Amino acid sequence: MSILEVTNLTKKFGGLTANQDVTMNIEAGSITAVIGPNGAGKTTFFNMITGVYQPTSGDIKLEGKSLLGLKPDEVAKRGISRTFQNIRLFGEMSVIENVLVGMHIGLKTGLLGIFLNLPTTKKEELLAEKEAYRLLEHFELAPFLNEKACNLSYGAQRKLEIARALATKPKLLLLDEPAAGMNPAETRELTEIIKNMGKEFNVSVLLIEHDMKLVMEISEHIFVLDHGEKIAEGNPEEIRTNTKVIEAYLGSGAVQTV
Amino acid sequence: MKESLAKFLQYKWSQVILFTVFVAVSSAALFFSQKSVTAFLLLLSSLLVLHYMKLKNVTKWIIALGLLFILIPLASSGGPAFQSYMDVATMVGIYVSMALGLNIVVGMAGLLDLGFVAFFAVGAYSYSIFATPQAANFMPFGTYPLGGESFWIFLIIGGVVAAIAGVLIGIPVLRVKGDYLAIVTLGFGEIIRILFNNADKPVNITGGAMGIASVTPPEIFGIPLIFPNQFYFVTLVILIFTIFTVLRLERSKLGRSWKAVRENEIAAQAMGIPLVKTKLLAFALGASFSGMMGVVFAAKQAFIDPTSFTLLESFTILVMVVLGGMGSVPGVILGAAVITILNLQVLTELATWVNQLSFSGIISIPEALSPAKMQKFIFGALLVAFALYRPKGLIPAKNKIFDEKRLKETQAHSDMNATDQKKMQS
Repeated sequence: MSILEVTNLTKKFGGLTANQDVTMNIEAGSITAVIGPNGAGKTTFFNMITGVYQPTSGDIKLEGKSLLGLKPDEVAKRGISRTFQNIRLFGEMSVIENVLVGMHIGLKTGLLGIFLNLPTTKKEELLAEKEAYRLLEHFELAPFLNEKACNLSYGAQRKLEIARALATKPKLLLLDEPAAGMNPAETRELTEIIKNMGKEFNVSVLLIEHDMKLVMEISEHIFVLDHGEKIAEGNPEEIRTNTKVIEAYLGSGAVQTV
Repeated sequence: MKESLAKFLQYKWSQVILFTVFVAVSSAALFFSQKSVTAFLLLLSSLLVLHYMKLKNVTKWIIALGLLFILIPLASSGGPAFQSYMDVATMVGIYVSMALGLNIVVGMAGLLDLGFVAFFAVGAYSYSIFATPQAANFMPFGTYPLGGESFWIFLIIGGVVAAIAGVLIGIPVLRVKGDYLAIVTLGFGEIIRILFNNADKPVNITGGAMGIASVTPPEIFGIPLIFPNQFYFVTLVILIFTIFTVLRLERSKLGRSWKAVRENEIAAQAMGIPLVKTKLLAFALGASFSGMMGVVFAAKQAFIDPTSFTLLESFTILVMVVLGGMGSVPGVILGAAVITILNLQVLTELATWVNQLSFSGIISIPEALSPAKMQKFIFGALLVAFALYRPKGLIPAKNKIFDEKRLKETQAHSDMNATDQKKMQS
C-alpha cells in the first residue's frame, strides 16, 4: 500500500520550471530516497509536499487524501514531518524544549487549562516531558536536555532535528540531507538510526541525500531527479547501473567509458 | 578575608539575617525621616535582593507579598510624603504590568511592537467614557456616569476590549515581519491616539484634545477610592495576578510555541504551530494586561487626554523590556521599576537639587538642561550602553530547567509522584 501518491507535480517560478510532471508512489513503511545533482529540484519537491509551496499543477495525496491548499502546519497535523537542509532548530530554547515544541500537535490543553493550571494540563505536560526525554535518550541526547540547542555540536543538532520531527508522531518523515556536514563516524551512526526508524517509530521515510554510500545502504527505493524531471526510479542496484543517472551526474562522456 | 566573606554570604541563614537587617534599617529610616527617597528606594530594592537569595520559591513569594502588602505601605506612612511614595509605587505597578504585557509580544513571540501604548489608551478610554457623562452623548440607553462599583467590571471589560483591539490591529499588521512590523505598529499606535484626539466630532465620544475629566472614582463596599495608597493595593492585586498569569503562560505549551515562532518561523510551522493564530494570541494577551492597567490609570488620574498616550510612552515601555531582559519575567519587572523610578523620582529629585544649587548661585544651569528634561537622552544612552555591554538585559532570560530524575521515572512511579505532589501542595 502506498502512503504518499504524487501525480504529475509541476512547479513553475515565473519562467523557471523547478519540477515538471513528477510522479511517485511511496510505499508505507519503506525508506525511499530522492537523489539528483544540485539544482535538480529536490528541495522544491519537499517544499511542495510540506505545504511551503503550492504546486502549479498536479496532486499530492497522503493515504488517499489530497494535501493541496493546506498550510505547513496543517500538513504537519495530517502526519508529515520534516527536517531542513540548513538546520532550523529553536537555538535559544533548551534541547528538551525543542522536542516539546514538536509535541505541540499532540497537546490538547486550551487557554483555560493553562491559566488555571488544571490537573489534566499538568498530567499532559508531564507525560509529554517524559516522552520527550525518552526520544532524547533514543538519540543519545539525554545528557544535554537543559543545554541550549545552539550550543550542541553539528552532528548532535542534526540528530535533535530528527528527534523533534519524530515528536510530532508523523506517518511520513522527510529528511532533507540528514548527513550533510557530518563526519564519517556520525554518518555511520545516522545510517543505523534511519535504518531502524521504520520499525521503532512506525514511520515511512523519504530522504534527500548526496552521500551515495548512505543512500545505497538504506533505501529500498530510489527516485532520481534532474532538471526538475524524474529520470529514473528503482532499487539501488538498478539505479547504480542506470545510464541516464550516470549521465546526469557525470556527463555523457562517462556513459561511454562504462 | 574576601573568601570567608564570600562563603558567609553563600550560607542561607546568614543571607536571611543580613536581609532582615537591611529591610529593618531601610524601613526604619523611611518611617522616621520626613522625606527620604534613598530610604524608599533601598526598601524597594530589598525585593531585588530577595530574588537572588537562596530560598525556596514559595518562601520568597511569601516574603515578597509581606513586604509589598504590609511593610512598604507601613514604613512609608511615617512622614508627609506618604501619598507621593504610594503614587510612585502605583505607577511602578502599572508600568510593570504593561511591560510584562509587551514582553509577551516582543520578548517571547519576537514581534517588535512600537505602538503598544495604544492598548493602554483603549483600556483607559473604555472606563473613562462610561464613568463620566461622556457616554450619554452617544449611548441610546442607560444613565451615565456609571457608579464607582462598575470599575471592577471594567477591569475585565478594559482587558477584553484591548485584546479585541490587539486582534484587529494584528490581522493586517502581522502580514509583515521584522523592521516592517515595527514601523506598521508604530503607525497604528499613532492612528489610535489621533482617533481619540479627534473623536469629538460629529458625536463627542472621547472629548477630543480636551480629554475626559472627573472620572468617577472606583468604589468598594461603598467606600470611594481616591488616595494613591488605596490605588496602591488595587494595582498590587492586579499586578500579582498578571505576574502569575505570565509565568503560567511562559511555561505552557503556548509559551513554547511563542518562543518557537520567535526562533524560527518556518520550523515552528513545520512542527504544526499555526503562525497567525499564535501571533494573534500574543498580541491579544499582551494587550489585555495593558488594557486592564489602562482602566486603573484612568481611575487613578481621574483625568485622561491623548497626550498621555504618545509615541514616547510606547518607547518607554519598550526600553523597560529591553533594559530588563527580553523574554525574562523577573528582568522585565526590574527594568520597568528602574525606568519608572528614574522617571518619577530620581530625575525630579535631581532637578530640584540642581534648581536649589542654581538658585543659591553655586552653579548656573540653563533651564533646557534640567535633568527632568533629559529623559529621552537618558533612555537613548541607556539603550546604547546596554546594547554594547549587556545585550541580554539586567536579568537575562533563562530556560526552564527540567529535572532529569523526574523524567526518568517509569509510569507507575510518576502516578504515585503526582499524588505526593498534591499532598505537598494542599
